Amino acid sequence: MSPRQFYGTPPPGAAPASLGGKLIVIEGADGSGRSTQIAILNDWLERRGHATVQVGLRRSTLVSAELERAKQGNTLGRMTMSVFYATDFADQLDNIIIPALHAGFVVLADRYVYTLMARAIVRGCDRQWLESLYGIAVVPDIVFYLKAAPQQLVERNFQKKDCLDYWESGMDIGLSADMFESFIKYQRLIEREFSRMQKQYEFEVIDGNRPIRAISADLEKRIETVL
Amino acid sequence: MKGALIAVEGLDGSGKSTQIYLVKRWLELEGYKVFFTEWNSSVVVKSATRKGKKRQLLTPTTFSLIHCTDFADRYERQVLPLLRAGYIVLADRYAFTAFARDAVRGCDRQWVRNLYSFAAPADVTFYFDLPLEVALGRILAGRPKLKYHEAGMDLDLSPDPVESFRVFQGRIYEEYKRIIAEFHPVVIDATQSIEKQQEQVRQIIAERIDLAQYRWRILR
Repeated sequence: MSPRQFYGTPPPGAAPASLGGKLIVIEGADGSGRSTQIAILNDWLERRGHATVQVGLRRSTLVSAELERAKQGNTLGRMTMSVFYATDFADQLDNIIIPALHAGFVVLADRYVYTLMARAIVRGCDRQWLESLYGIAVVPDIVFYLKAAPQQLVERNFQKKDCLDYWESGMDIGLSADMFESFIKYQRLIEREFSRMQKQYEFEVIDGNRPIRAISADLEKRIETVL
Repeated sequence: MKGALIAVEGLDGSGKSTQIYLVKRWLELEGYKVFFTEWNSSVVVKSATRKGKKRQLLTPTTFSLIHCTDFADRYERQVLPLLRAGYIVLADRYAFTAFARDAVRGCDRQWVRNLYSFAAPADVTFYFDLPLEVALGRILAGRPKLKYHEAGMDLDLSPDPVESFRVFQGRIYEEYKRIIAEFHPVVIDATQSIEKQQEQVRQIIAERIDLAQYRWRILR
C-alpha cells in the first residue's frame, strides 16, 4: 500500500502510510443531483460488499449547529466564515475520514474542500492562503464534478424548496439586488472557479443535464477503475 | 492603515494582562482612542469552543482552527475596522499565542503561520519574559484547579493536571523562545516590579507610536 497523499502537510496524527480505503468526492452546486447520486452510489457500494461512510459540509459534531446559526444571521466576515468552515471540515477529516480510511472504508464525500475554496475565492479570499489551509486535506481517489446549467439548477432548487437559498444565490456579496439574477451570476462565478481548479485537482467532469440513471451508470463505471 | 496595534504575549502568570490593562488606563486617561481585545472572546464561536473543550472533541487541528475562527471574527469585526478608523488597538495575546500553542500540539509551524497571515502584524509586541519556574509558581500557588486544556491534558503528558501543566508550559516556553528569535518582539523582564515594567512599556510605546494623532478630535 503506497502512502496516502495529502495536498500539503498532513494533520498531526494522520499516519499517511497506514491509510487504505477509498475517498470518493462528488462536487456540484445545490440542485446538480449530488445527494441523489450519493444515495445511489452508497447502495451500489454496499451491495458489492464495501463498507461506506458519508461526510459533507456542515455535518461536524463540533460546529455544524453554530455554522447553521451563523448562516441565519449573516454576521460573519469572509475570513471568519472560511476558517469556521475549515474547522467543520477538519473535524470530519480527523474524526471520520482519516479513521475510516485507516479501517479500509469507502468514504463518500458530498462536497469537499473545492467548494469551500471556490466560495471563499469568489468572496475575495487569497488563493494561496486557502491552498495552505486545506493542505491538511487527503487527496481523494477520484473527484467528480457534476456540472449542470444554471437554469437547470434554478428549476431543481424550486422543485425542492419554494425559494432560492440566500447563500447559494450569493446574496451576501451584492451581485444583484434581484435574487434570481444574483443566483445566476453567483453560480457562474463558482463554475468559473471550478473550471480553474479542474486541471490542478483532476476533476472528472460529469454532465449533470442527463437522466439520474445515466449519470449513476457513468459514475459507477469510473469508480470501478479505482476500487 | 491609520491605526496602531499593540500586542502582549507571554506565559500564563507572566503579568502581561496587568501590564496591558495599565497601558489601556494610561492611554484612556491621556485622551487617546483605545480599544482592547482579548484572546478567545468572540461571541459567535463561544458555544462551539465551549462544547469542544467540555466534551473533549478537539483535535490539534480543530483546536487551532476554532481559535483562529475566534481570532478572525474579532479581527474582521473589531480590530481591522478600528485600525482603519484610527484607533490604538490593544491585544491581550495575538498570533504568537497560536504559533506557540498550536506547535506544541503538533501542528505544522508554517501551516499555522500561513493560517494567520491574513492579520496585520502588530506595530509593537511586548513579550513578558519570566523564568518558567516563577511563572509556574505564580499560577500553581494562586489557582490550583486547572482547566483541562489550560493544563495541556489533551496532550497526554501526565495524568496529573499539575504535572501536565508544568510540562505543557515548559514546551510553550520553548516555543516562545523560537518565536522571539524569529519575530523579535520587545522583551520585557517580567521579574521587575509592576511599576518598573509599566514605565518601560510606556516609554517604548511613546517612542514607537506617534500618539498625538490618536487623540479624540471631539472633546468629551
